[in-house]
Amino acid sequence: MLGYITRRILAVIPVMTIVAIFVFLLLRLTPGDPAAIIAGDMATPAQLERIRTSLGLADPLHEQFITWVGLLLQGELGTSLISSTPVTQMIGQRIWPTVNIAVLTILLSVLIAVPMGVLAAWRHRTWVDYAVMTFSVLGFSIPVFVIGYIFIKIFSIELRWFPVQGYVAPSEDFGKFLSRAILPCLTLATIYVALIARMTRASMLEVLGEDYIRTARAKGVKETVVLFRHALSNAAVPIMTIIGTGFALLIGGVVVTESVFNIPGIGRLTVDAILARDYPVIQGMILLTSGLYVLINLLIDLSYTFFDPRIRY
Amino acid sequence: MKFKARTFDDAPNVLEIENLTVRLSGNEKAAPVLDGVSLTIRQGETVCLVGESGSGKSVTSLSVMGLLPRGALEATGGRIGLEGRNLLELGPQAMRDMRAQKISMIFQEPMTALNPVMRVGEQIEEVLNTHTKLSAREKKARVLDIMNQVHLPDVERIYRSYPHQLSGGQRQRIMIAMALILEPQLLIADEPTTALDVTTQQQILSLIAELQEKHGTAVLFITHDMGVVAEIADTVHVMKLGRIVEHAPVEELLRRPREEYTRQLLQAVPSLTPRAARDTPEGAPVLSVNSLQKIYGAHGVFKRTEPTKAATDVNFTIPRGRTLGIVGESGSGKSTVARCIMRLIDPTKGEIRVADQEIATLSRRALRPLRRHIQIVFQDPFRSLNPRWTIGRSLVEGPLNMGTDRKAALERARELLKLVGLPDDAVDRYPHQFSGGQRQRIAIARAIAMEPDVLVADEAVSALDVSVQAQVLDLLDELQKKLGIAILFITHDLRVAAQICDEVVVMQHGRVVEHDSAANVLAAPKHAYTRALIEAAPGRQWDFANFRELESV
Repeated sequence: MLGYITRRILAVIPVMTIVAIFVFLLLRLTPGDPAAIIAGDMATPAQLERIRTSLGLADPLHEQFITWVGLLLQGELGTSLISSTPVTQMIGQRIWPTVNIAVLTILLSVLIAVPMGVLAAWRHRTWVDYAVMTFSVLGFSIPVFVIGYIFIKIFSIELRWFPVQGYVAPSEDFGKFLSRAILPCLTLATIYVALIARMTRASMLEVLGEDYIRTARAKGVKETVVLFRHALSNAAVPIMTIIGTGFALLIGGVVVTESVFNIPGIGRLTVDAILARDYPVIQGMILLTSGLYVLINLLIDLSYTFFDPRIRY
Repeated sequence: MKFKARTFDDAPNVLEIENLTVRLSGNEKAAPVLDGVSLTIRQGETVCLVGESGSGKSVTSLSVMGLLPRGALEATGGRIGLEGRNLLELGPQAMRDMRAQKISMIFQEPMTALNPVMRVGEQIEEVLNTHTKLSAREKKARVLDIMNQVHLPDVERIYRSYPHQLSGGQRQRIMIAMALILEPQLLIADEPTTALDVTTQQQILSLIAELQEKHGTAVLFITHDMGVVAEIADTVHVMKLGRIVEHAPVEELLRRPREEYTRQLLQAVPSLTPRAARDTPEGAPVLSVNSLQKIYGAHGVFKRTEPTKAATDVNFTIPRGRTLGIVGESGSGKSTVARCIMRLIDPTKGEIRVADQEIATLSRRALRPLRRHIQIVFQDPFRSLNPRWTIGRSLVEGPLNMGTDRKAALERARELLKLVGLPDDAVDRYPHQFSGGQRQRIAIARAIAMEPDVLVADEAVSALDVSVQAQVLDLLDELQKKLGIAILFITHDLRVAAQICDEVVVMQHGRVVEHDSAANVLAAPKHAYTRALIEAAPGRQWDFANFRELESV
């Protein structure tokens, strides 16, 4: 087990190296003079020169890379070209709203989707099953921004249950956090509910046909126990995989929701950085999201051993 | 042969099935799956229900448990009486209360019947959680007690084990413990030993008998194995197409079967008497295996595990037109040998010569043109044909790879289907349109299509009903006479080996323990393990096909 974890962590090195090379080349291979692009049309030659030196663009490419990686290893992601604050600090400020929203979204999705999927599998080929599957298709096909605006229209403008936009940190006021986070989370959750419900249903259908389910019923065990204790724990591995992937996608893909609901997370930070061509911030964001993907995948793989004693690394 | 001859005239009835009818749900027109089945089991009695697959044995037992698949099958008529109550009229909660307390069931596949992610101790304890209000300590004590009663070793450790850490026999003991912990009046055993080795089967059968004696349990034992019937039954019911065609005390049924169908079933049981010896044909052997060895798990950078010797020092030869059997229990290495010879896996050491060509060390590429010399038929006909391919496509694939013209290959495929006893229009049909026996014929046709010198049959008849088994064995014999192929026959079943093999190799723990002519191995076994195997074969003193004791034993 420990050996496996070490190997997996060592395997992160080549993956992150490749990501780092891409991120590094992103700026250097942009057609034209990056300094000119960054400085904009109105820049003076002196400003251009300053930007070039500050990015180290005058040195040979490999030396630039080594300096850059050296800084990276010390946790130094550079300084924003716009606000002159360190990128790490900017990300540090903006990541918590995103993580909080992502965690709440996944929690909501799992709580809604897993019982839905279990029910659909249990009542296979009845109206319950068809209703769940119909919802699932809808959840896949309606775009996030449409759902977001529909929710705002219904719950904020018509019913006035929740504020339209904004964000309050849960550490400040948990109630206010919830009332502001619930709509963006529900919006984000629709597609994950659809995805997780489908996966739960498929996985449960397979497990419900297994002999040990018949054995459990032959013991006179209650149907709820059969479903949740015997079947669901055996169906958990594929469901966990989809939940983990969903979580990673959420962190990377909150751009739209954060814009619609005006949440100061890393999604908006990325959008702003791209619009302003703030390259160091963009680089930092790419490194962060890919790092998170790798980490979450590792955690998912390790979670399998918890659900299935036959899996040993 | 000593049959059970207990009388149950005074014993009270435990289960009374009267005129039970089961139909496909929502389909009144289709023929019923069970058609007026009636059956009585008395206290302490063992009733065997025999019949071929699809005869309705399992449906009968699932009806009693109230476990018919919902939306697929339903009981539409008749009565299942237990303690004066009609089980068919009970609601879901009342039926759940009956299970494990009054009626229990054990299933065929101990490998899949236990929940793989729960410790086995918890799984037994769940019965107590469901039906009793004992304290945690009492429950644990009850569980350990029943685990001792089913003779599990080291119960404290096994209590905490997961199913995959136990052997097949141990898992079936866990199932029995689970079924009997609340001392039900009726135990339904649905082919509980079919998936086990003969020696393990013997232990499980005697365990069931012992616990039955101790608790006075009535047993409904479902099986297709007449040997098992002869060993354990008091009364036998024969099922065919959803009806009970004949029932009688065991000795009566085996000596004087009244129905033609029963006679057919009994006559299909292969006898343990070896086939008449054939002389060895001249010329070099077509397959020779020399010092074959296969070791697993000796490498790995991070892991250091003890290597497993799956096969060590295996030697044999097969002449043209003759059959050699490899007999052994699971884990004996017989399938490893077959796979090495097929080069599905690479042997660690040794020589394999097929048609005078050494193949053990050839590269995959160099091996490809030689593959046609040796072909294999697998155990499970339901999984060894591609379900989305027509039979014709499966049959011509090999010849096409070897460069045969498509038209000629299809023509040949039709001939082959006729040769294995199927209509030639089968080429355009799909595997699901055929029965298990027919699919195995197709698998044989596919192997023969390559015109091999050697045919490897890896448990090729083990998944089939006895009557179908007999037909497939006849087919193999006939093909051998016509085409002169050598057959390597891998089996765990001594009866089958006796029917078809000229020579028998007995394997245990990856080693050959005995190698001789079939007659010598079966009639005068030298090695203790071979003797144990033969003695464990159920009903071995009975000549089923002739309805009498075997004379030679």
